[in-house]
Amino acid sequence: MTDCAIKASHISKRYSLGEAGSLLGRSGLMRRFRKKPRSPANEAFWALNDVSFEIRRGEAVGIIGHNGAGKSTLLKVLSRITEPTGGHAVIEGRVASLLEVGTGFHPELTGRENIFMNGSILGMRRSEIARNLDQIIEFAGVEKFVDTPVKRYSSGMYVRLAFSVAAHLEPEILIIDEVLAVGDIQFQKKCLGKMDDVSRSGRTVLFVSHNMNAVRQLTTRCILMKRGAVAFDGSSDHAIQAYSEAIGAQFEQGGDLAGWPRGSGDTDRIVEFGTLSFCDRSTVFEPGAALTLDVHVRARDAAAAVRVSGTIFHAEGTPVGSFFSAEALPFAAGEETTVRVSLDGLRLAPGSYTFGLSLTEGNERLGYRHHDSLMGVLPFEVTGIVGENGTLGIWPHHWGMIRFPEPTMLVLNHG
Amino acid sequence: MSRSSFTVIRPRSGWVPLDLRELWAYRELAWTLAMREVLVRYKQSMLGVVWAVLQPTLTMVVFTLLFGALLGPKNLPTVEGVPYAISTYCALLPWQLFSQAVSRASTSVVNNQGLITKIYFPRLIIPLAPVLAALVDFAVAFIVLICLMVWYGIAPGPAIFTLPALVLFAVASALAVSLWLSAINAIHRDVQYVVPFLIQILMYVSPILYSAQSVLKGRPEWVQFLYGLNPMAGVAEGFRWALLNTRPPDFIVVASSVLGVLGLLAGGLYYFKRMERTFADVV
Repeated sequence: MTDCAIKASHISKRYSLGEAGSLLGRSGLMRRFRKKPRSPANEAFWALNDVSFEIRRGEAVGIIGHNGAGKSTLLKVLSRITEPTGGHAVIEGRVASLLEVGTGFHPELTGRENIFMNGSILGMRRSEIARNLDQIIEFAGVEKFVDTPVKRYSSGMYVRLAFSVAAHLEPEILIIDEVLAVGDIQFQKKCLGKMDDVSRSGRTVLFVSHNMNAVRQLTTRCILMKRGAVAFDGSSDHAIQAYSEAIGAQFEQGGDLAGWPRGSGDTDRIVEFGTLSFCDRSTVFEPGAALTLDVHVRARDAAAAVRVSGTIFHAEGTPVGSFFSAEALPFAAGEETTVRVSLDGLRLAPGSYTFGLSLTEGNERLGYRHHDSLMGVLPFEVTGIVGENGTLGIWPHHWGMIRFPEPTMLVLNHG
Repeated sequence: MSRSSFTVIRPRSGWVPLDLRELWAYRELAWTLAMREVLVRYKQSMLGVVWAVLQPTLTMVVFTLLFGALLGPKNLPTVEGVPYAISTYCALLPWQLFSQAVSRASTSVVNNQGLITKIYFPRLIIPLAPVLAALVDFAVAFIVLICLMVWYGIAPGPAIFTLPALVLFAVASALAVSLWLSAINAIHRDVQYVVPFLIQILMYVSPILYSAQSVLKGRPEWVQFLYGLNPMAGVAEGFRWALLNTRPPDFIVVASSVLGVLGLLAGGLYYFKRMERTFADVV
């Protein structure tokens, strides 16, 4: 018996594009009679490309990456739902896969019946389910409704019940795909706690998520996937950082925004953004430094009082704070100007950030109008802090993203 | 906790052996899925249980009246010495098992897309579940048959002991056809529209509404053999023999039915196992 729970070697998965056809159609019996040969370039899509890694027993490993990076496909291969096109994997231990909550739930059956149904589908024996029945019902909080058909449940109850059944699986290897994003915050915390228990009890956990906080909390090691291949395999913190950097790198400094997805619905924008750049061209700042942006604005029509407002996002997507310009600028039709926006005293913690910017007009009484808005632009870095006694290079995430001014302290009385 | 369970995941090609041990390990799931079908059907309709009886009974009544009117009450195509009504009902029982199972199983893989794309289990369970569920309806209709036999004063002979084998025969036929249809339908979706029609035609081709004797008397042996390749021929005639204590069915018909079932089942298992690895990708 080896120490290795999951060993993946050069796993590849190719999908053929195009639909499953009819029996008498082009891909069925008539395949021989097709006139044009298929062009190989359009036909195949490699969802996984030479993926290899080893996971030891008891490790909790996260898998992160963009949508379409191959995370779910990898889980499907490891769960034996789909076959790899190449390579192989060796798994030691009983596997339970949670790729979706509520698989097999039927609206006509009662909560109790669905617990047995879903549990059985997930691989639990009837005796196991019966043993844990009370705990499952209690965890979900549906004691009063357990004998009502599930179609009567609220969506929250439905999801809590579904997750509760899955949470009581006792496999040796647990594979979870983004299913923690269900229910309200309280329930999510409960679920995270339960997952934490599972991993602390010595089980191997493979966890796919977009929620970086959850990943950081549950895992110590992370695999970053990019376009079907492993881009990084190492500590969770470093992997998340690499992921954030990849997001930030999407936007090209000072580039043309013509193709950039824009938030506002107005196709005939009266006022719109032209190019954006940092005044000093550098995108690396010291903590406490002022940020100055050069915003090029084009006005198609006249506008009376346009403000620049925006939000600074941490590279993971969490908004850190917002600003609204006090002054409102008038624009004449056809005018093009560059506005220099200065942000002082931000006190951002070390990390990667992006901007979301808007040109708006109006006020609270009469309503706002967004002329143009852009998200994920102007990525920048804030470097580590140099402390008074030396270098403080680390800024743990649970310290937040803003460094507040030093507090004043007053000793009230001795003794 | 079993530590020694190694699983190797690699691309498979061609012949995949049937893993009976794994199927046995998942027997609870097979039963659960079958129960789900039965429960859901009965919860949704008031008729529920009654429908299992109503269908064969109504069919029997209608055809008794129809053939009686067309052919005259003395010429009904029944087995010798047995009233047409009960001879027909006896055959309708396994027929209902077969047709219900096949209708539901042919779309079962596609309908269970949610399960197939999210959970691992031996895919053979999917067409198996509707077949098992049809057995429940069969059991209910069987009770009515017993009442009918009491009413007509017919007692079964020693052949009644072959009944379990015959039920197995019927289940095997249903499963064989279901394996083929469910696999083909998953990949070429137009098959499901042809199935109801095929089942209807099969009902007329099989000796359900008439006894095999009435069409095969005096015909050459190769005709009898061809006719018997249809598994339902052997099943229907066998049921009549086991329950109504009539003369045994023609050997040729039964033998070729058994051949037919074995061939279909083996072929169906092979085809299904070969195609099942693509289900999650195409369904």
